Amino acid sequence: MSHPPLTRLAAAALLVVMAALPALAAAPVNEDTVREIGTELRCVVCQNLSVADSPSETANQMRAIIRERLAAGETPEQVKAYFVEKYGLWILLSPPKQGFNLLVWIVPFVGLGLGLVLVAFTVRRWSRRPAAVPAGIPEMDAATRDRIHREMADIDRS
Amino acid sequence: MSGSTRWGRWAIPLAAIPVIVLLAYGFRTDPRAIPTPLVGKPAAAFRLKTFDGPEISLEGLRGRVVVINFWASWCYPACYEEAPVLERGWRAYKDREVMLVGINIQDKEEPAKRFLAQFGHTFPNAPDPAGRVSVDYGVYGVPETFFIDRAGRIRAKHVGAVTDAIFSANVDRLLAERP
Amino acid sequence: MTPELGYAATVVAFGLALYGSIASAVAGRTGRTALVQSSERAAVGVWILVTGCMLLLVYAFLTFDFSVRYVAINTNRGTPFYYRITALWGALEGSIILWTWMLALYTLIVVVQYRRRHPEFYPWVLSAMMGIAAFFLLVMTIPAPPFERLTPVPPDGRGLNPLLQDSGMITHPVALYLGFTGFTVPFAFAIAALATGRIGDEWITITRRWTVIAWYFLALGLLIGGWWSYHVLGWGGYWAWDPVENAAVLPWLTGTALLHSVMIQERRRMLKIWNLTLVILTFSLTIFGTFLTRSGIIGSVHAFSQGSIGAFFLGFLALVLLTSFSLLAWRMDRLKAQGELDSIFSRESVFLLNNVFLVAAAFTVFFGTIFPLLSEAVRGVKVSVGAPFFNLVNIPLFLGLLILMGVGPLIAWRRASADNLRRNFLMPTAVGVAAAVIARALGIANSLVLLCIAAVVFVTGTIVLDFLRAVRARRRSGDGWAAATLGLLRRQNRRYGGFVVHLGILVVALGVAGSNAWSLHTETTLGRGESVELGGYRVRFDGLRASEESNHFKVTGTFTVSNGVGSRDVLYPAKKYYAQEQNPIAYVDYRLGLIEDVYLVLGDFARDGSQATIKLQVNRMVSWLWLGGLVLTLGTGLAILPDRKKAA
Repeated sequence: MSHPPLTRLAAAALLVVMAALPALAAAPVNEDTVREIGTELRCVVCQNLSVADSPSETANQMRAIIRERLAAGETPEQVKAYFVEKYGLWILLSPPKQGFNLLVWIVPFVGLGLGLVLVAFTVRRWSRRPAAVPAGIPEMDAATRDRIHREMADIDRS
Repeated sequence: MSGSTRWGRWAIPLAAIPVIVLLAYGFRTDPRAIPTPLVGKPAAAFRLKTFDGPEISLEGLRGRVVVINFWASWCYPACYEEAPVLERGWRAYKDREVMLVGINIQDKEEPAKRFLAQFGHTFPNAPDPAGRVSVDYGVYGVPETFFIDRAGRIRAKHVGAVTDAIFSANVDRLLAERP
Repeated sequence: MTPELGYAATVVAFGLALYGSIASAVAGRTGRTALVQSSERAAVGVWILVTGCMLLLVYAFLTFDFSVRYVAINTNRGTPFYYRITALWGALEGSIILWTWMLALYTLIVVVQYRRRHPEFYPWVLSAMMGIAAFFLLVMTIPAPPFERLTPVPPDGRGLNPLLQDSGMITHPVALYLGFTGFTVPFAFAIAALATGRIGDEWITITRRWTVIAWYFLALGLLIGGWWSYHVLGWGGYWAWDPVENAAVLPWLTGTALLHSVMIQERRRMLKIWNLTLVILTFSLTIFGTFLTRSGIIGSVHAFSQGSIGAFFLGFLALVLLTSFSLLAWRMDRLKAQGELDSIFSRESVFLLNNVFLVAAAFTVFFGTIFPLLSEAVRGVKVSVGAPFFNLVNIPLFLGLLILMGVGPLIAWRRASADNLRRNFLMPTAVGVAAAVIARALGIANSLVLLCIAAVVFVTGTIVLDFLRAVRARRRSGDGWAAATLGLLRRQNRRYGGFVVHLGILVVALGVAGSNAWSLHTETTLGRGESVELGGYRVRFDGLRASEESNHFKVTGTFTVSNGVGSRDVLYPAKKYYAQEQNPIAYVDYRLGLIEDVYLVLGDFARDGSQATIKLQVNRMVSWLWLGGLVLTLGTGLAILPDRKKAA
């Protein structure tokens, strides 16, 4: 990783060699890695399927390219970066967690947080003004009853 | 009830407005038009065997204005509309340091050759059976046409059928630049 | 002749619906019963006319009347008989007819059921429903006329999209639209409640069953959609987080929230504003979904064509949101909550949490779906928000919901004592944790799956525990086991129906977790006679053959699958070439099993049949999704049985 231009050069050189030898048997590449990368890339001809899932010919070719690049020694990050370089961020099925795109990652949880705060607030407000004692509930002590009466009087006044 | 809540409650219907506006903005966009990040960048090298036999590579064309057209025989009607345009453009410019290369993608050899014969293309056309070149150029559909300057940089990309005007405007602009 | 007749019927129906909507609104304000009766007749008229339109279109399909544009585009002389009927809802215009027809049908049912009851609500309900029907009829008249004439009349049609020529596509839209349109009824009652100012609990009680039914059909539609995606699209999955799928799941999420929060209002007279908000949101989301599918503003595999129809739906969506939320704001004074709670450990709190999680999930899906639009509007940059995002962000929400599903039904209303908590949850929690430990020991390393297993076992534990206790209590009064069980289900059908639905959801959840964690994939090119192994299966390529079918050309591969223990099977995945399609359609072949499916897709092949590329998957536990759908159906059926107390 310390010399990215060098690795890229080597990869490019390897690709040229491979292109010249199309019948070369597939190098041992972990298919799970291919799939992992594929699930994060958008198949460019099919609107919303990933490269890993799409049965289209383009997706087949893109999977083959992923395989080739991995075989040439690239890391999964480098393979993804290659596709982003060619197609833009659009090709990533989940936007990178930076800049404006952070919004899409954060806002749902902010929403959840606000909802939880709202519920906590509501529950607190409700539980601060209990109703008359429902039948079947054990007798409460005098102090509590006094407090309830006091608070109910407060509510009435407000 | 306090004044703020009396007015605050209207926040609910009002909150719908930005969403509606955003959705309305959607009418102005085309989800299928994806801008390429490649304009201004060096065009990726390729070496392909043409349908006629000889190899063609971008390296060998350095110093010329290069037009690369990605097409497929099943791409009807756009590829069929632009095929005569491309041949006309080729004949008009081939003696003026311009090279036109057709790259056939996501296709089979037979129908592709039939397509070439039907339009009598005289410029080199090559299949890209593994799709490497098409990914190198960030192609997501056919037809797409790239205009590359003498220094080997992609300067423009056209998605959809090329017209005579688009072809000559781009080529003239790049030809006018002296190396 | 057919186009003109159909168009005339549409226009007349639109006029009637508009009249009915206005007349019953006037009746609602003035109390003139004659006007109500007149708009009832209009409602019947609308239903008859829309039914007529549907039959006319079916007739046009059956007789290959290519003078109707819609018929010419969606069928050809090779289209089999039954697909010529279901082609009715195979594309945009026809799907709007189906929608309108269901809406007219629901209106008719409302008329029959409620004309003598709820005289205050009734005119307004009728007005809202017919207003909505008028909008859909307007769409059928202007931007998407199904009866548009085609001149000159072509000798043959283009043909139905081959992907839609499948049983899943016959039933999926019907179920989904029954769900979508079903939410119109609760919405109309909510509007009636707001218009009349009778914002009590009446509308909730009346519409509970409607909400359950709409919710169920939506769930069923989603599951059938998943099944269709799984066995037709050939990508090996059932859910892709496509914008259109998201649009369908949104009202389901808010509808689920509604089903739960109305229980609090029924029991405790709380959350009135919230419930009205949820009904309005749910209905608006059904319109939003239609807008998204038909406007083409967001690219999708399922998207219908574009056109002015998007603007119509957006306008209607704006109208619905602004009017109904303004009505809500206007009535806010009468809706002041009278909440009271004894403890934060109570069913009320858990239901509120459930609502927060469901609405947060809905919000996440909504925000993710429109985020590309926001990004483009704000920065001019196109981004994609797809499966990896939705999976990651929704997992914690759905896990939270699973756990709440166990807590909610058993925690006491008002105040849960420590004893209540211990009695109901100690055992299930212990069993859930134990299940996760055992699963870990058995070699399941995926922590999400472990969490899911723990949650599912915990929830199942709470349900089983509660049920056993109740049955035992009834047995003490002398019933046998069977009689006690049946009696309990019958007497407390709502409670136990709900439990069964929960079990169905658990089964689906296991299916989702299992299929994501354990499915195996491979892709390879085989020469004839060669085989590939995956997950204990050996698949051998035996050859290819070509055949001419009624409306397409087909290349079929023959593959022998053996699983090492002697069982042997032959799969025939194929590629179909339709004249109207540029690219061939993959025809998947599969063997379904309770634990795993063998799923085989034919890719490229050599012309001479010497080799073929295949995509082979061993998909684990996918069948649990369909099984879960069955359980859901049983539970819903139980939950909506007529009340016994009233009948007796």
